[in-house]
Amino acid sequence: MKLPILMLVLVSLILGGCQTTSKSTETSPVLYEQLGKRSGIADIVEDLLYLIVEDDRINEHFAGIDVQQFHTNLTDQLCGISGGPCTYNGRGMRESHAEMNITDTEFNALAENLILAMDQNNIPTSAQNRLIGRLVPMYPDIRNL
Amino acid sequence: MKTCLNTVAIGCLMLAASTPVAADVGSRLWATGGVTSIEGSAGGGLSPWALLNGYASDEEWGGTVTLSQAETDDYSLNVTGAGVTWKNRVELTFARQTLDLDSLVFTLKNGFGLEEEELVQDIVGLKVRLAGDVLYSPWGQWSAGLQYKQNRDYTVPDAIGSEDDSGTDFYVGGSKLFFAAIAGRNLLVNGTLRATKANQGGLLGFGGDRNDSYETMAEGSISLFLTRQWLIGAEYRQKPDNLSFASEDDWYDVFVAWVPERRLSVTAAWVNLGDIATLEDQTGAYLSLQASF
Repeated sequence: MKLPILMLVLVSLILGGCQTTSKSTETSPVLYEQLGKRSGIADIVEDLLYLIVEDDRINEHFAGIDVQQFHTNLTDQLCGISGGPCTYNGRGMRESHAEMNITDTEFNALAENLILAMDQNNIPTSAQNRLIGRLVPMYPDIRNL
Repeated sequence: MKTCLNTVAIGCLMLAASTPVAADVGSRLWATGGVTSIEGSAGGGLSPWALLNGYASDEEWGGTVTLSQAETDDYSLNVTGAGVTWKNRVELTFARQTLDLDSLVFTLKNGFGLEEEELVQDIVGLKVRLAGDVLYSPWGQWSAGLQYKQNRDYTVPDAIGSEDDSGTDFYVGGSKLFFAAIAGRNLLVNGTLRATKANQGGLLGFGGDRNDSYETMAEGSISLFLTRQWLIGAEYRQKPDNLSFASEDDWYDVFVAWVPERRLSVTAAWVNLGDIATLEDQTGAYLSLQASF
């Protein structure tokens, strides 16, 4: 029952990789800049809203919202989360989603649309992953779990 | 018969892949169904993962059809598989494995007076997601499953000391994706514990003269998403050693998977299956095509 050396090599590569990347993720403004600062994030959110409107899995939840206010709030939120100088003034995630009974299907649909919107704005893979990674802790609040 | 089955499966693959792109493929994010393992369950190539096949999220149905082939120095293994997943909760799979004995034909003829050219095994798999989500849960996704395996012709396994022509593997597995773990790339880690009596996955029967009890085997993999479409990784599967006829080795592979869109994935791997039925150091290439619906 030999342990493949390859796995050990890969594991050590990963451990080494984590050590070098942990520094860069701490310097938050890097992500904010990779997303194109506030104006770049506003473009992503605009494209996201167009995708949501077209998406029958989730567009009902957005019917009747104040689109301008929603755009401003989500842009500020993503700006702040990515390390930018913005303050989110909207309601808390748990409070704002409490009555909506968001399913996994709907949560996945929104995540997919956000990724596609970032694709449309040529956001690099690493920045996409970092942003999604910072949004994922909101999952239990949005799903009201 | 095999050619016929393959033709049908290729037909299904082409049909599924050529269906116009629509939103009905399921809502889970890209590659979160893994690929189809050689035993039919969603996983890597050699080991089942805690992920369920296809892209069905909690309000949806989905599934996959797969064709896989491994060519080692002295053997070739063909797998045709299909599976469905219900609401990202229950996965039901079927796989037929056909191992062409190639070089072993002479060993069997001279040593045992047997004239067999292939070993065929059917596998029905059931997997249930117990808790968590591979992307969204801090503790990852956890599943339990079983694989019921039945040899279609037991002559060879019987002759070399196997105890049974069918058996059931039981396993629990965990899968977790770490966002932006290495150079901003997502890292997927899987671990599985399997209780099994299967010899060479069951192709050489179940239990043997050396051991006829269930043993717990460890399996694991790590993979890195270079992009959403490209995944590289390595996999390891510990194996029992029940037959005195020939020693059995652990398996491992390194792989690259391409997921151009959710409907299609192509996986290529270099596999090391060790010694199999007296033929040593079986290494070779593995290729798997999967369509999701």
